[in-house]
Amino acid sequence: MAQDVLVVGEISDGAISSTTGELIGAAKGIADGGAVSVVLLGSAAAGAASSAFEAGATRAYVGGDAAFDTFKADQWTDAVNNAIDQGSPAVVLMAQSPVGRDLGPRVAFRRNSAVAMDCVTVGVDGGVFKATRPCYGGNAQAVYSFTTSPAVATVRAKSFDPPAPQAGASGETVELPAPGDSKWDILGFEEVVTEGLQIEDATIVVSGGRGLGDEEGFRMVEQLASAFGDDKAAVGASRAAVDLGWYPVSQQVGLTGKVVTPDLYVAIAISGASQHMAGCSGSKMIIAVNRDPEANIFNSAKYGIVGDYKAVVPALIEAVKSA
Amino acid sequence: MHFVVCAKQIPDPETPPSAFRVDESKNEVIPAQGIAPVLSQFDGIAAEAALRVKEAGADVKITVVSMGKESAQAAIKQVLAMGADEGLLLDDDAFQGGDWTTTVNVLAAAIQKLGDVDAVFCGRQAADWDMGQTGLGIAETLGWPCAILTKDVKVADGAMTVQRVLPDGVQTVKMPLPSVVTVSNELGEPRYPKLQQIMQAAKKTVTKWSAADLGIDTGSIGAGAARLKLERLFIPQTGGQVILMEGDTPQEQAANLVKALQADKVL
Repeated sequence: MAQDVLVVGEISDGAISSTTGELIGAAKGIADGGAVSVVLLGSAAAGAASSAFEAGATRAYVGGDAAFDTFKADQWTDAVNNAIDQGSPAVVLMAQSPVGRDLGPRVAFRRNSAVAMDCVTVGVDGGVFKATRPCYGGNAQAVYSFTTSPAVATVRAKSFDPPAPQAGASGETVELPAPGDSKWDILGFEEVVTEGLQIEDATIVVSGGRGLGDEEGFRMVEQLASAFGDDKAAVGASRAAVDLGWYPVSQQVGLTGKVVTPDLYVAIAISGASQHMAGCSGSKMIIAVNRDPEANIFNSAKYGIVGDYKAVVPALIEAVKSA
Repeated sequence: MHFVVCAKQIPDPETPPSAFRVDESKNEVIPAQGIAPVLSQFDGIAAEAALRVKEAGADVKITVVSMGKESAQAAIKQVLAMGADEGLLLDDDAFQGGDWTTTVNVLAAAIQKLGDVDAVFCGRQAADWDMGQTGLGIAETLGWPCAILTKDVKVADGAMTVQRVLPDGVQTVKMPLPSVVTVSNELGEPRYPKLQQIMQAAKKTVTKWSAADLGIDTGSIGAGAARLKLERLFIPQTGGQVILMEGDTPQEQAANLVKALQADKVL
């Protein structure tokens, strides 16, 4: 059954972000021939619209006013609400990003509808739109349908493959008005500079846990990450290791830390407590090194080595280097 | 001023995964034997944020509000022990079985009935369902400004100034009262109450309001008003059995692991 889908787009370097591309790809499947629209806001919006069309969007709601350049939740909610008024989509998709986390509930409550946050799958099943999301720290997954419209869902990055761009594809552009006043007065921004690769951007994350025994154990974890490549791999840590002061909180993976979705997650001396798995269970593949063959991490890992990390990790560093 | 801290009692997230069970016929989590429910940790951090404003010299009454059954008194008492002034339990069979919309309707009705609330503090998400929409829902329902994922909250001169945690830095945002804020773990650990505070909190009376006390439209609460339908709750299968690497030495095991990763085109 064809239905219209609206994607709340985000812009990166003048084009739609990679996650917005993934959402347009998911939207095409859900729309099943219906319209796939995208909302784009900010002075780069008109330029980014062409990249949205190339990704498969058929319509772009463009709010080109420079007041949209800085995200202000109330102004952006009004703009998305305006696009919903015009297009009456059955489904609204956005990223589980700072923008989507803020807008998803606002838009849902504004429309007297509902939102499912941080979904890993969205799609039509038996003619009904359903959203699947991890809960209970990743211990369980919940599948929801909606009794109201539009169904709003925020989607975890890398849950869908981006569509192959169709060069030169075009679509309809609808202008959105400049925003009204915001209740947010932005007083400042302090950039936090993390050296090297951000853990959320890494395609490989090598994490250490309490089982390392001491802070020095992380030097070995760092060497393994370097062996994979400093441009690809970043180092993470379990909360237990961070609480012990062995590694900075900026690298903490888990429910109360960062949620990472790399291609490969390497868990060194991590038991795999629920709250840790909440931060890494979206990884494409997990491998684990642990002394305890009963450790929970092995329930999520595809490959494992049972053994003392002090013997295994140096061997792994050599094997990766010579690969 | 009058602050509300929203608190939820949840199954302990530190429950070992081996003790986590789901009744798939009822789409319910089976409570783990012998593991007591706890205050959702982010709500404790929200309480900490409110208490820090009070300690900075603001003349504030802090009311901790929880929608739940009688057992949720424990979560309320914990926030009272931390230093909140009053407790309010929203307990009615009619509240059960709903979703985030119906919970927000109940909480927003209670905040409106309190009447003089200047600010609502929520955790960034409850650590059971991990949705992160209740604070925003309250704000949208009441028409109040809201900022989420904050690590510092200050309230002065009719405005709230917060530090929002973003991937690339920290943004400072000021918004007028009344407002809603959700607080993230970057704020720091919630204080641990002293024994004397725990004993004092145990003696405090927690006010209880029912649906009738709130004067809420029963068509907006409970299972019948839910907009999200839980079709299925299940423990995901994790792609089968782990393959443990064979080998007489760590070197052999490591070489076999790298070969497997290459075969899977991960390396």
